[in-house]
Amino acid sequence: MEMSWVYGLIGGLMIGCAGAVLLLGTGRIMGASGIVGGLIDGTGQDRGTTIAFLIGLIGTPAMLTGLGWAVYTQATTQLWLLVLGGLAVGIGTRFANGCTSGHGVCGMSRLSVRGFAATLAYIGAGALTVTALRVGLGL
Amino acid sequence: MRAVFAVLSGALFGAGLHVSGMTNTARVRGFLDFAGAWDPTLAFVMGGAMLPMFVAWRFARRGTPVAGPAFPPPPSSEISRPLIAGSVLFGVGWGLVGLCPGPALASLSYGGWPGLVFLAAMLAGMGATPPLRRALDRRAAGT
Repeated sequence: MEMSWVYGLIGGLMIGCAGAVLLLGTGRIMGASGIVGGLIDGTGQDRGTTIAFLIGLIGTPAMLTGLGWAVYTQATTQLWLLVLGGLAVGIGTRFANGCTSGHGVCGMSRLSVRGFAATLAYIGAGALTVTALRVGLGL
Repeated sequence: MRAVFAVLSGALFGAGLHVSGMTNTARVRGFLDFAGAWDPTLAFVMGGAMLPMFVAWRFARRGTPVAGPAFPPPPSSEISRPLIAGSVLFGVGWGLVGLCPGPALASLSYGGWPGLVFLAAMLAGMGATPPLRRALDRRAAGT
């Protein structure tokens, strides 16, 4: 807990290197919502690359867990929150054409105005939502 | 060759999300709780991730990718309504549960049924977006 910022920084550097490998290797932007969204709605080309990416993304945390490094998601068990939250994240990121990885990590690092605007909007809305849930419903 | 880069990138992304604690919804919601017991970890993750990407974008200014036709074109600077409205909607969902698309996928193996329900709803939302968008466009054009 007290060293969480060190793990955050190390993990963050790994995420940035992941984006760099995909960009310099394949020319694609590492945006999770764009990569999986394109696969879901059929607009994504380059399906083989996408599936390879997803295998790595889902596989390594499973492997780390198997090796004894467990992280608990501690997600809510309230069904309505999970369904509403999932729908909002799915629809929102596809309308905005990006999420935390695409607009945040990849967009802001190329000084994209859209990246900064989107990040400001989702962090602001997220902060208001968390505060409203805690104050209003005690969740 | 492209698949090799992609699987390596995905593996690093997944490991980075796992190591940084970003698949833990309590940590993400703690970052968003500015008025409460604020957890700054996510800021270190975002800052750390932007460093290698900043360098990578310098290299992507000219030439071509190792295994690909071209680098992405320069970003548009249009602050459109879908960008802001979509990001606000995304932020609400992110705050409700504490998962965004990357961690929702990365935690698939250990997220249990709540993770699966969230992921299913997220994918359904993504699938519903193109028809939803067409319907909104039609309505806007009709008035």
